[in-house]
Amino acid sequence: MSELVDLDLVAARDGLRKKDFTAVELCEAHIKQMQEARALNAVVHEVADIALTMAAQSDARLAAGSTAPLEGLPIGVKDLFCTKGVQTTACSNILGGFTPTYESTVTQNLWDAGAVMLGKLNNDEFAMGSSNETSRFGAVINPWRREGTDAALVPGGSSGGSSAAVAAHIGVAATATDTGGSIRQPAAFTGTVGLKPTYGRCSRWGIVAFASSLDQAGPITRTVRDAAIMLGAMAGHDAKDTTSIDAPVPDYEAALTGDIRGLKVGIPREYRVDGMSPEIEALWQKGIDWLKAAGADIVDISLPHTHYALPAYYIIAPAEASSNLARYDGVRYGARVEGGDIDGMYEATRAAGFGDEVRRRIMIGTYVLSAGYYDAYYVKALQVRRLIANDFSAAFEQCDVVLTPTTPSAAFAMGSNQDDPLTMYLNDVFTVTANLAGVPAMSLPAGLDKDGLPLGLQLIGPAFGEETLLRTAQVMETAAGFIARPQKWWV
Amino acid sequence: MSVDEATVRRIAKLARIGVEEAELAGLAQELSQILKFVEQLNELDTAGVTPLTSAVETQIKRRADEVMDGEIVDQILANAPSRDEEFFAVPKVVE
Repeated sequence: MSELVDLDLVAARDGLRKKDFTAVELCEAHIKQMQEARALNAVVHEVADIALTMAAQSDARLAAGSTAPLEGLPIGVKDLFCTKGVQTTACSNILGGFTPTYESTVTQNLWDAGAVMLGKLNNDEFAMGSSNETSRFGAVINPWRREGTDAALVPGGSSGGSSAAVAAHIGVAATATDTGGSIRQPAAFTGTVGLKPTYGRCSRWGIVAFASSLDQAGPITRTVRDAAIMLGAMAGHDAKDTTSIDAPVPDYEAALTGDIRGLKVGIPREYRVDGMSPEIEALWQKGIDWLKAAGADIVDISLPHTHYALPAYYIIAPAEASSNLARYDGVRYGARVEGGDIDGMYEATRAAGFGDEVRRRIMIGTYVLSAGYYDAYYVKALQVRRLIANDFSAAFEQCDVVLTPTTPSAAFAMGSNQDDPLTMYLNDVFTVTANLAGVPAMSLPAGLDKDGLPLGLQLIGPAFGEETLLRTAQVMETAAGFIARPQKWWV
Repeated sequence: MSVDEATVRRIAKLARIGVEEAELAGLAQELSQILKFVEQLNELDTAGVTPLTSAVETQIKRRADEVMDGEIVDQILANAPSRDEEFFAVPKVVE
């Protein structure tokens, strides 16, 4: 039954509805795939028994005629989503063996839509990273390798377990989260599709918080249509998250009409950064050509404050993180290290529980929020955030969607960016603007580089422009004809 | 601005993260480097720009003041590293 893991989400859904196979058979094939792929370290907590129980329930519902959008489909869940009765740690030691007594809204929505949980997926500790090397469970290995070498590459981050699991066909789809690029950059590094929705489109309730004004959940899938279906199931208003938007969830699959004639596509000149590789440049041009051929109009636009997005992000995100992560104090949940009095206990617990990158960001955040520096750093960054959001508002008066590369490079070697935090931060140079402006953006696989590694293109839309994004992405997906897959070297 | 070891010690104290003396120099250097990077923002004139605190402008929502759940002490304490009857237990805080 190994061919069952070759099916994408839509093919698996249709096969289940036609009774070509059962949800239990589909689930068993993916469990086997998950177990065979342990060398990738994409899954930090396998739940095969829960998966089989859920699949059997799906089979009963399918027999009764269920047409729930994800009925019987096996997916992976980033370890940032609280799952009732299943260990959730954000891949940090400080959460110890935390086992939620409640379910995140997004995962509950998925189970209500019939999905089956295969396991919890690896990520950078507290979603802070671009390579999935800061997890307490160790690094994730990208299923893709450069041609002619078996050197390990990173799967991107922070949703590296999600991107690797989808690329390696462990699950038909995965949940992920994106604070500065953590869905789109891993998708670009693994030849998958990653969608960060508009801020507020998916509830943040029950997702371990990193930077609350930037965090947003979304799917990683193998096709654009799969992303549309996953987003439809994940999204929706939630009274438990006051920032979630009370607007109906469109039928995203119905938006995939294939017709983008007359669509205005903006090409921002500021994204032509110094030292951009000729391959990325050429891929971007290919994307422009595909859209032109499909009848879209190309418009040169300017997003003048792009250069300042990363510096603003590295004030705002650490500031919010330092506040959010104050809750890990060894009192209510997680690991505790005794240290004499209560302050000693806090300091010992947090020294042992947080890894280097998380500690670095908490300290930067604490500094920029401290007395005497608040205005000079934090308020200044919020003002620049306004300028960046204004850039997008002005751009979307000239165009319907913006096309850029997703990342400055293909997946890099493990360990290569470890010494210098700033080099690692530059991975998010093209993605972080959408988080600051709160607008939706997605990455889709568009081609291979000279070493045979996938490269992604990014589409950015105005708030609640997911339908246009998906429609445009599908036209590009068809034009790109991206069918490459990593060799299954890990078995 | 570059931070010195005394500043790192002060930030660590504010953040309640224990830091070894031997780590102070390295942290001072890393934090200084990051601060230098973010200080690029000073190139921009932001006089009169209203800070953006929320990506999507919305009205703060109201809801009825009702009890949604309760009587779940065991659930709330289920993950506590240390508990005493129906309470979280911490080191002694009053003499």
